[in-house]
Amino acid sequence: MNGMVLDRALALHLGVVALLFVLQFILPAYHHGIVARVLVLASFALGYNILFGYTGLLSLGHALFFGAGIYGTGLVMREFGWPASAALFSGILSAVTVSLIVGFLALRTVGVAFMIVTLMFAQAGYLTSLYFNEFTRGDEGFVLQQATRVIGPFDLSEPTTRYFAALLLFAIGLLIKLALVRSSTGRVLVSIRENEERSRMLGYNPFRYKLLALVVSGAFAGAAGAMYGLLFGYVGATFVTIQYSIFPLLWVLLGGAGTVLGPLVGTLFMFYLVDLTSGFTTASLLVVGVSLVVLILWFPKGLLGTVRQRVLPWLP
Amino acid sequence: MEFGPHLLLASLEGAVAAAVLALTALGLSLVFGVMRVVNVAHGEFFMLGAVLAWWFANLVVGNPALGFIIALVGAPLVVGVMALIADRLVLRRLHYDPEATIVATIGMLYILQQLALTFYGPDARPVVAPINFRVNFPWFGYSGYKFIVIAAAVVLMLGVWLLLARTKIGLIMRATQYDREMAQAFGIPVQRVYAGVFALGAMLAAVAAVLIVPIQQAHYLMGQDPLLLSFIVVIIGGLGSLRGTVVAAIFIGMSDGIISVFFSPTLAKILATLLVAMVLVYRPAGLFGARTA
Repeated sequence: MNGMVLDRALALHLGVVALLFVLQFILPAYHHGIVARVLVLASFALGYNILFGYTGLLSLGHALFFGAGIYGTGLVMREFGWPASAALFSGILSAVTVSLIVGFLALRTVGVAFMIVTLMFAQAGYLTSLYFNEFTRGDEGFVLQQATRVIGPFDLSEPTTRYFAALLLFAIGLLIKLALVRSSTGRVLVSIRENEERSRMLGYNPFRYKLLALVVSGAFAGAAGAMYGLLFGYVGATFVTIQYSIFPLLWVLLGGAGTVLGPLVGTLFMFYLVDLTSGFTTASLLVVGVSLVVLILWFPKGLLGTVRQRVLPWLP
Repeated sequence: MEFGPHLLLASLEGAVAAAVLALTALGLSLVFGVMRVVNVAHGEFFMLGAVLAWWFANLVVGNPALGFIIALVGAPLVVGVMALIADRLVLRRLHYDPEATIVATIGMLYILQQLALTFYGPDARPVVAPINFRVNFPWFGYSGYKFIVIAAAVVLMLGVWLLLARTKIGLIMRATQYDREMAQAFGIPVQRVYAGVFALGAMLAAVAAVLIVPIQQAHYLMGQDPLLLSFIVVIIGGLGSLRGTVVAAIFIGMSDGIISVFFSPTLAKILATLLVAMVLVYRPAGLFGARTA
C-alpha cells in the first residue's frame, strides 16, 4: 500500500512536469512568456514553502535571498565578465552564504520576532543595494547584454530556450523538494512545525534542522533569482523590495502551504488573476491585498491544502 | 554656517522628527502591547491621516487655520472608524492570532495604498500651515509651526499617559494587557477593549500625520518610512513598553535627524535596521524594556 502511494505521488509530479513540457508547443506567444516567468518565480515559492509550509517558519525577508541570487549573478557578469554558467553558480552561492549568516542570527528568535528580524535584514539588504548604486545602479538597475546570456550552445534570451531553462529549474526544484519532504529529514521538519519541544525531546536538534530548511530555501530563492536575471536580462533593486518577500508568501498561501505543488498552483493563479483583472482595473495591488485578507480569513489551507483535506489525502 | 548653529538646526529638525515619530510609534506600541498584534498597516493609517487632512483642509476656502483644525479633528476620526471596521471584519475573525494578523495587515496595507492611489492620485500635495511666523535665532530663522508640532505632540502624549494611568478606561486596558483571560473572567468586555485600542492606535498615527503634513506633503506612499521607523522604535524601546517607546522615539528621531544632516541618510537607515535586528536577536526585551515581551 505504502509503495503504491509513493508511486502515485511521484507519477503525479512527473505528469505535471510532462504537461508543462507539452504546453510549450501549444501555448500562444504571450502566454508562453508568462508561463516561463511563472515557472522561475514558482521555483522561488517552492523553496519558500520548505521553510514556511513544512518547517513552520514565516520569513518576511526572502527578497534578500532572491536579490543575492540576481545580484550575485548580474554583478559578476557585468563587472568581471564571467560567463553565464559560472555566474549562475555564483548567484546560488551568494544566496547560500547570505542565508547561512541570516539563519545563524535570526533562528535564535521565534514567532513574531523571527518575522521582524528577517524583515529588517531584507530591508538592510535593499538599502545596501541603493547605497552602492555605483555598482548596482540602484532603483534604475542594469540590463545584462543579450550576447552574454548564453550557456554553451543555448541562447537564454530566445523564447523556446528560455521556457525550457525555466522548466528545467522548476523540475529540478520540484523533484528535490519532493524527495526532501518524503525523506526522514522532511518528517523531522514537519515535527518541528507541529511541536518543536517534542522533537527536541526525541533527540533531534531543532536549530540544525531549521538552519538546513532556511539554507535550502535560500538556495532555491537564489537559484530562481540568478535564473530570472539570466532569462529576462534585467537586474535591479525592485527585486529586493519588501514586495518580493511578500509575493512568495502570497503564492504559497494561495496554492497551499505544506503541499509540494501548491506554490506552482498559487503562482499561476495569482499571475492570471492579475492578468485578467488588469482588463478592468489597474489596481493590481488591490487584488494582492484582497487575496491576502480573503485567504487568511477563509482559506488558510490554500487551494491544494483544501483539495488534500477533502479529496486527495495522499497528496504530498 | 558654523558647526554650532548647524548642530542646533540639525537638533531642531531631529526634535520635530522625534515628536511625530513618538506619536506614531506610541500607536503601534499600544496595539502590540494590549492586543499582541503587529500592525503592518500602521504606516497606511498614517498615510490616510495625511491624505484626509489634505481633503478636509480643502473643504474650507480662504481660512487655512480653520481648515487645519477641521482636518485635525476629522482625519483621525475617519481613520479611527476605518480601524474599527478592520478590527470587526478581519482581526476579530482571526481571534487576534499573531501570525495570521500579520498576513492580514499586510493585505490591508496593499488595499489602503491602492485606495489612496485610486481616489487621491499619485501626486504629492501640500497642506497650508495654520499659522505663519518665524522664530529668529541669531544665525537663522526657523518656522514657528514646527515648535507647535513639538508642543502638540507632547500634549497628546501626556493625554495618552493620563488616559492609561489615571482613568478607569486606562485601568481596564492595562488589565487586559496584563492578563486577557483573567480580565475577561472579571467581566471586562475584552473584544470592545481590543476594538478601542486598535482604533486609538490608528488615530495616533493619523494625528501625527496631520501635524506633519504642512511640513511634508501628503503622498500615497508616505506610510513606509514611518512604519519602518516605528518598528525600530518599538523594538529598541522594548515590545509593549510605552515608556520605552517614547524614550526610543526621542533617541532614534534625534539621532536620525542629526546623522542625516552630517552623513548619508541611507547609511543611517542601514545601520538602524541592522541594529534593530541585532537587538531582537540578543536582547529580545529591548534596550530599555525590563519586562519580557
